[in-house]
Amino acid sequence: MTGAKAGASASVLTEKKEKTSLGAKLLNAPYLLWSAVFIVVPILMVVFYAFSETVGYYEISFTAGGREYVCELPAAEDLTLEGAKEQAAAQAGVSLADATFTHASLEYRSGGFTLANLKEVWSPASRRAMLLSFLYSLAATAISLVIAYPFAYALSRSGAKSQRIQMLLIMLPMWMNMLVRTYSWQQILENNGVINKALAFLGLGPATMLGTSGAVILGMVYNYLPYMILPIYTVMSKIDVSLLEAADDLGCNWLQKLWRLILPLSVPGIISGLIMVFVPSISTFYISQKMSNGMIKLVGDLIESKIKDQWAGGGLNVGAAMSLVLMVIILVCTFVMNRFSDDDGGGMVV
Amino acid sequence: MKKTLSLCLAALLLLPLVFALASCNKALVDVENLEGTYTRDLAGTTLNVYNWAEYISEGAEGTLYVTKAFEKLTGIEVNYSTYESNEVMYSKLKSDAVSYDVIIPSDYMIERLISEGMLLSFDPAAELSNYHYIDEQYKNLYFDAENKYSVPYNVGMVGLIYNTTMVKEAPDSWGALWDEAYKGKILMFNNSRDSFGIAQALVGVDLNSTDKADWDKAAAKLTEQKTLLQGYVMDEVFNKMEDGNAALAPYYAGDFLTMQEINPDLAFVYPKEGVNIFVDSMCIPANARNAEAAKLFINFMLEPEVALANAETICYASPNTGVTGNPEYSLADNEYLYPKDLSAIKTTYFRDLDPSTRKYYEDLWVTITTGN
Amino acid sequence: MKTLGRIVSFLVYFFLYAPLLVMIVFSFNAGKSTSVFSGFSLRWYGELFSGGGMLIECLRNSLLLAVLSAVIATLIGTVAAIGIYRLKKGFVSGAILTVNNIPLMNPDIVTGVSMMLLFVFAAGLFGALNATNFYTLLIAHVTFNIPYVILNVLPKLRQSDPTLYEAALDLGCTPQKAFFKVTMPQITSGILAGLLMAFTLSFDDFVISYYTSGPDFVTLPVYIYSLVKKTVKPNIYALYSIILVAILVLLIVYNAILSRSDTKKEGN
Repeated sequence: MTGAKAGASASVLTEKKEKTSLGAKLLNAPYLLWSAVFIVVPILMVVFYAFSETVGYYEISFTAGGREYVCELPAAEDLTLEGAKEQAAAQAGVSLADATFTHASLEYRSGGFTLANLKEVWSPASRRAMLLSFLYSLAATAISLVIAYPFAYALSRSGAKSQRIQMLLIMLPMWMNMLVRTYSWQQILENNGVINKALAFLGLGPATMLGTSGAVILGMVYNYLPYMILPIYTVMSKIDVSLLEAADDLGCNWLQKLWRLILPLSVPGIISGLIMVFVPSISTFYISQKMSNGMIKLVGDLIESKIKDQWAGGGLNVGAAMSLVLMVIILVCTFVMNRFSDDDGGGMVV
Repeated sequence: MKKTLSLCLAALLLLPLVFALASCNKALVDVENLEGTYTRDLAGTTLNVYNWAEYISEGAEGTLYVTKAFEKLTGIEVNYSTYESNEVMYSKLKSDAVSYDVIIPSDYMIERLISEGMLLSFDPAAELSNYHYIDEQYKNLYFDAENKYSVPYNVGMVGLIYNTTMVKEAPDSWGALWDEAYKGKILMFNNSRDSFGIAQALVGVDLNSTDKADWDKAAAKLTEQKTLLQGYVMDEVFNKMEDGNAALAPYYAGDFLTMQEINPDLAFVYPKEGVNIFVDSMCIPANARNAEAAKLFINFMLEPEVALANAETICYASPNTGVTGNPEYSLADNEYLYPKDLSAIKTTYFRDLDPSTRKYYEDLWVTITTGN
Repeated sequence: MKTLGRIVSFLVYFFLYAPLLVMIVFSFNAGKSTSVFSGFSLRWYGELFSGGGMLIECLRNSLLLAVLSAVIATLIGTVAAIGIYRLKKGFVSGAILTVNNIPLMNPDIVTGVSMMLLFVFAAGLFGALNATNFYTLLIAHVTFNIPYVILNVLPKLRQSDPTLYEAALDLGCTPQKAFFKVTMPQITSGILAGLLMAFTLSFDDFVISYYTSGPDFVTLPVYIYSLVKKTVKPNIYALYSIILVAILVLLIVYNAILSRSDTKKEGN
């Protein structure tokens, strides 16, 4: 079951059926509609916000002399709400004393086209964050591959029952809350944490672990390792045993077997795994924050803090612009990775 | 055999569901004496309360479950959700994504909300029968000089927490957070305004300055500090100080009490350069849909026994004389929450700053924290 | 080679389970801390069962949301998978599969933010007071769940034997009957797997929920994240220890069902 999930991104699905009936079209309709509204439109919204600015305006309505007035005034830096009320009344030609205000507030809306948000994404701070995110997620992906490959191989060669139980064991931690698991890691790596207490018992240490780049990468590897193991395991378990036996018969040693047989056959799984680990790693924000003691800010952290304070200095627009850039980086990376896969379905992914 | 086994397992599976349901009928500490004193006219309506996380008594270990007791008393259904910062609360409010009936922002945020016409104006003194419990010194504060928008809920101050086994001389200055001797054992707020506030106090500029040069000065101080830091933290400060992972950290006085309970080696001081004081107050947004129920709720929160339960849970100073004057209140004599001589401590409120200053220091903060 | 594999396996499992072990240990802490262990106690479990406050409410919400979104996503996803299976290869099926991949490839934070933007925009359009609420949260969860359902069901359809379906038609079955009698049993395990996966993804999701939830419905992960100014107490560890046990049981049951259907298949 998980193989399918993990195999998702790269080796997706090619089509064989020849004719399309009306029924098939009808069956597709609900999902087509759903994905158009809730997948495609939101992406367009990101693009829209990334290229537009947010402008503030005062929305004022009041009654005077039995008439109702509704008025909008652009919010300038030196214009207060009271000032805006005065102006609104003046514009309507009524004296402030006569007006009864029913509503007066500062509101925001999307304004015109701008490249300012993208420019902000190119600021030194966010460039640095993006570079760090890229490097850390690359490292996390590579380490995951190194760990997952032999593990998946051993798993695929064990007995059927053991395979099934082990699959559950790998998945189980994934089903626990990521925040809680990360919190738990902090306790393990702390200066007086579990590891350092054990080291002290042996008369060693203490070692500073939490707050280092290593801790951040460890957090990524921990959280996403199963996504690397599962697709590799899936392709490896499909390798025909008779092929391996044939290789043995032909006098291949284990290195040749690995290099000339197993590795080429497991490429699609590796590609899937690389993507499945790389994508969430590069965009994470909670893990970096917690594992680095808040000392390392990745691009996900910046997006999060921008969106959190969305109305301060157009945070929402800058956040959308950063998301857009991140999305493009990810698309390019997955596209490049997919080029290395000769799986003919792979090209469809990007 | 296998069937029975699966049945047992399925039953086990329902365990969380079962105790989720069981909790509906759990024993509440009733506020029986209030029975009948609250109108049930609004029974069946909904009240959206938006509060800081863990900022109300939730019935842990036999204490009062405030929102449930209110529901029982008035028949009003309470939707309770939480936020982690004033800014998040503000964004949710401003995005028009939701409409809340009761919010509990801090002082400077109330100032901003009022200036943007986002709070409902009412007359607490006349409309809330329990308003007289509010201590006079917390009325007519700068952000609501005429008491038209807010009802104080909690008061707190930032101070310096240190571990007496690691810090030899008791510090009396924020300068301790810049002390080379504690390199790698110093923590700082992972939140721009609080961190800047400390640096500003230390370099002697106004916390509410709109002069960019003042912010630059404080930013330089913060940049200088970064190499000495173990981290920028918020909730992590509890574990770090409790287990002696760090020696010095600024945090809120009330939370220090929670930490000290676990690690008695911890001590607390209000540094001489001055500290930030804050008041979190209950307000009603202008677009609230159930303002009458909101007033009822705020009044309920002011009931001495409700306020007491909250004060004991939250551990912050209470502006409610029904709490501070109550002999049962365990923190009444606490020297950190209720300093004997408050005037000896230099306290400053945060003011709401104009958008360009806000953007300026937020950008500085990003540069400081992303740099190496 | 074999011993190397064993050592690697052991280390990987140790790595995966170390934090869960720490979590379980501290859930039995007598003190309030999650870093200083001050003695064994069932205090936090007792608190959960006798009240638990927000935590239990949030757990209930999370479970409800996970069940609902998983069921809806499974329905839509299964129908869509059958539709895609019957489409001939071409632009349309390629486009559907590409769109299907977007939620898988997009970082959660982008998915969450973009959906929030949509909901706020739509609320502005229709003048709704609460742009994000239980329904938007449900929509968001269904949306990110559907692709996983399709990815579980579609391969099963591909593996299924089309000649059986045709034979059933030849023998006089209506297409509907042939589908439910012949095709359905062949893809049931895929549907179940999709359902289970959707449930867990939804139950654990925090980033997307964070941006798409309103005041009326707070899920457990969102609540935990809002604790950044306060601290995580052992009661959350206790809650998750219980959930861990429950999930373990769930997996064992699932596994038992799976192996039984396997033995049946082998028997045939």
